[in-house]
Amino acid sequence: MTRIIEILSESLISLLILGGAVTSFISSIGLLRMPDFYTRSHAAGKATTLGVLLVLSGVFFHFWLAEGQADARLLLGIVFVFITAPVASHLIGRAAYRSGVRLWEGSVLDDLREGGGGHDTEEAKRDRQH
Amino acid sequence: MMEMAVKLALLLLSLSILGNLYRMLKGPSMPDRVIALDAVGINLLALIAMVSIAAGTRVYLDLVLLIGILAFLGTAAFARYLERGVVMEVDPDHRDPQ
Repeated sequence: MTRIIEILSESLISLLILGGAVTSFISSIGLLRMPDFYTRSHAAGKATTLGVLLVLSGVFFHFWLAEGQADARLLLGIVFVFITAPVASHLIGRAAYRSGVRLWEGSVLDDLREGGGGHDTEEAKRDRQH
Repeated sequence: MMEMAVKLALLLLSLSILGNLYRMLKGPSMPDRVIALDAVGINLLALIAMVSIAAGTRVYLDLVLLIGILAFLGTAAFARYLERGVVMEVDPDHRDPQ
């Protein structure tokens, strides 16, 4: 019985850790391959957060199930990353738009554009083509 | 099985930090470098947690919190700097009563 629990907990931990690491790796590929800042910030802001949350919960379960003592610092780290990573992503995205970083020429909508928010116009499309 | 998973995760996280560092050096715009730096910080946090499993110790777990806080503060300060040109705003009209 103990052996079964051991195997199950090891599988759970390995699954969480590997899933998180693969998600982080995919987000790094996204950061390298995406065409402009705003799409890259999707990869960096969402996928990295998810990957790190999975890895940290895997580590938390490792210390809880395999070593028998849960660690509050890891829980605090998980909650902190979960709260702050989207905020940081939002802040830097807003700063980028206000400091004039251009959209990719293939993007279809720019809601924050002066005068023309909500629907796309020919003028806005020309504006993006540099 | 566990050891293999830990080693593979260490490898993948290191590779993703390398990719983020490339984006940080290449740019092209300043916010690109800042989100890449933020991603490096967050990946480093996961890497430290993995190292603490591989080394079988809990003493590194404080660093998880520390790096999380530092990465967030750094990104917030950079965002403020890019948006307004200053990090801390000093109002010249507001003086302490003498």
